[in-house]
Amino acid sequence: MIIKNEHLRELEDEAIFVMREVAAQFEKKVILFSGGKDSIVLVHLAKKAFYPGKIPFSLLHIDTGHNFDETIKFRDNLVKDLGAELIVKYVQDTIDMGKVREETGINASRNKAQSVTLLDAIEELNIDVAIGGGRRDEEKARAKERFFSHRNEFGQWDPKNQRPELWNIFNGYKNFGEHFRVFPISNWTELDVWQYIMNENIILPSLYYTHRRKIFQRNGVYLAWAPFMKLKPTEKVFETNVRCRTIGDITCTGVTISNAESIEEIVKEIATTRVTERGGRYDDKRSEAAMEDRKKEGYF
Amino acid sequence: MLRFTTAGSVDDGKSTLIGRLLYDSKLIFEDQMEHITLSGKRLGKEEIDLSLLTDGLRAEREQGITIDVAYRYFSTPDRKFIIADTPGHIQYTRNMVTGASTADLAVILIDARKGVMEQTLRHTFIAHLLDIRHVVFCVNKMDMVEFSEKVFLQIRDELVKITERLRIEDVRYIPISAKYGDNVVDKSHNTDWYKGNTFLNIIETIEIKKDKNSNEARMPVQTIIRPLSDHYHDYRGYAGRIAGGTFNTGDKVIHLPSMLQTKIKSIDIYSKNQASASAGDSVSITLDDQIDVNRGDMIVKPDELPQSGRDINLMVCWFNEKPVVQGNKYIVRTNTNETYCRVESLNYRINVNTLDKETYITQAWMNEIVNIDIKSTKLLFYDTYNKNNITGSVIFIDEGTHETVGAGMII
Repeated sequence: MIIKNEHLRELEDEAIFVMREVAAQFEKKVILFSGGKDSIVLVHLAKKAFYPGKIPFSLLHIDTGHNFDETIKFRDNLVKDLGAELIVKYVQDTIDMGKVREETGINASRNKAQSVTLLDAIEELNIDVAIGGGRRDEEKARAKERFFSHRNEFGQWDPKNQRPELWNIFNGYKNFGEHFRVFPISNWTELDVWQYIMNENIILPSLYYTHRRKIFQRNGVYLAWAPFMKLKPTEKVFETNVRCRTIGDITCTGVTISNAESIEEIVKEIATTRVTERGGRYDDKRSEAAMEDRKKEGYF
Repeated sequence: MLRFTTAGSVDDGKSTLIGRLLYDSKLIFEDQMEHITLSGKRLGKEEIDLSLLTDGLRAEREQGITIDVAYRYFSTPDRKFIIADTPGHIQYTRNMVTGASTADLAVILIDARKGVMEQTLRHTFIAHLLDIRHVVFCVNKMDMVEFSEKVFLQIRDELVKITERLRIEDVRYIPISAKYGDNVVDKSHNTDWYKGNTFLNIIETIEIKKDKNSNEARMPVQTIIRPLSDHYHDYRGYAGRIAGGTFNTGDKVIHLPSMLQTKIKSIDIYSKNQASASAGDSVSITLDDQIDVNRGDMIVKPDELPQSGRDINLMVCWFNEKPVVQGNKYIVRTNTNETYCRVESLNYRINVNTLDKETYITQAWMNEIVNIDIKSTKLLFYDTYNKNNITGSVIFIDEGTHETVGAGMII
């Protein structure tokens, strides 16, 4: 399979342009950093956009407490190399303060609670722009997203009343208390991201490559098993070779059975796959408009 | 990479065409298919409705219409495509303009039963207004006119008149049925009289002029890179995306607005020095002389100066419920620069259904396209939109609400 690369250059130029607009138009700027591949690519693009200067953004990690151990180690090393500020906010703190109630039951996830922690952090730190790795090809509500996406004083997204975005002129004007989410890699597809990682030799957590892991199947999705997870009687934990296609909260990150050891093998796998990457995200399977609803509430 | 926009009216089958394109080229994933099958059942549909693939918001699926611009992505081994799928109704003219602003090619759908209608003229005019130089007309629902060549040719002849009037350079006409897939990805046996290529084949192979913008060198400055580190103590990089032409290391350049001349010391992309960089490249440029350079300034070449002035004539598409009237003040923003402006006069409105110029107007409402004169508070440097759609385009921002209220193309 031959994969052409010229479009990656154009996507990179576009993303760097957007990053520099963010630097020029906002005051307190963060990159939403999850340890996943999209946020790692964002950091790489930021490095390129402002070289030889330091990146003018802090990294903000909303920690659900349900992480893969390796993600945290990876994050800390990256921050050290970068010399950037890392801000971590814990969903556990939000729960302890009684601001959200922890979900219970078999499908319990802290995914939704993250929005509350994130919006609190934005308010507390006077953040006026949060750069995210969201892509329009991920999900149908995201397909409607702008590069510069306005959030009202409650952090909410109003998809039916978005500012028009023409050419590449970006309007970041806002009132006090409002903020923007900016998505520099809006026009990238999953395959573009992987090809870019390959071309640029970007280092990823090893979770993205094949490894042995205990997993179980639920509604057609393979989920990584962790000791705190509740299983239905019919669900059996077994160990096999898997890799993560996305990395998020462990409770809702689907894994793919795979022997891909190298980035080249992953690119080949993605290029021929028949399921979208969010097809393995349990959080999107809750309802047809799950993402639209979460985004309106202030989700990433 | 090809960016195209699709325009068509309610029920012309635009979303179905895109769905068909993805479906027949096997680019719909299993979970997406499962999803639209379920969604269709919930809405009481028996056949799989491919339009559900693109209509993303809850309200859109429920009402069966496209409200906003939706972006879709797909690639074939030959090309990556970005589709801006826009609603076609007159009340969404502004969304069509938005989708068209970043497109290289426009796909316009026509219902074979209805033929060329007012809206066809409107969609073609918008493509022309935004300077899209490649237009593909899909005469859809051929299955409902028994795949008649006569019907197709009649429609084509009418379209030829329109595109000649608007002087669109590259125009294609295809008879299709999006619902059944005729001539979308696979050649149809129902239209043996049609000797042209399929829709996918055309968009895969069409040659897009990447040098659409003139080759006069333009670099609008976005931000200044000043590391102030020990190693790069004196580094002062002017960061931006080249908006036209080519710059080489060592070139004599002019800084605007100061009009001072200097030379390019280096062109940097990340840690690498480049001998040259061209339109589309995001770079950081350092200069030989210390000049006071700010965001919004422009770096150009001495014998290729852009126009300059405070009095500017534009075609504007109005986006906001509050109309534009003479004397209104707005923030006017170019690629990286901005200033205040006052609307000096409204000259005429284009009736988008007839293309007639309507004069003696006092205001322009949402979705209308008008010619206006503005006066800016500071001197602006610009090109005409037809010469360079980056240095020739602006948006208007309402000072009070901060909304983007209009889009302008400099004449």
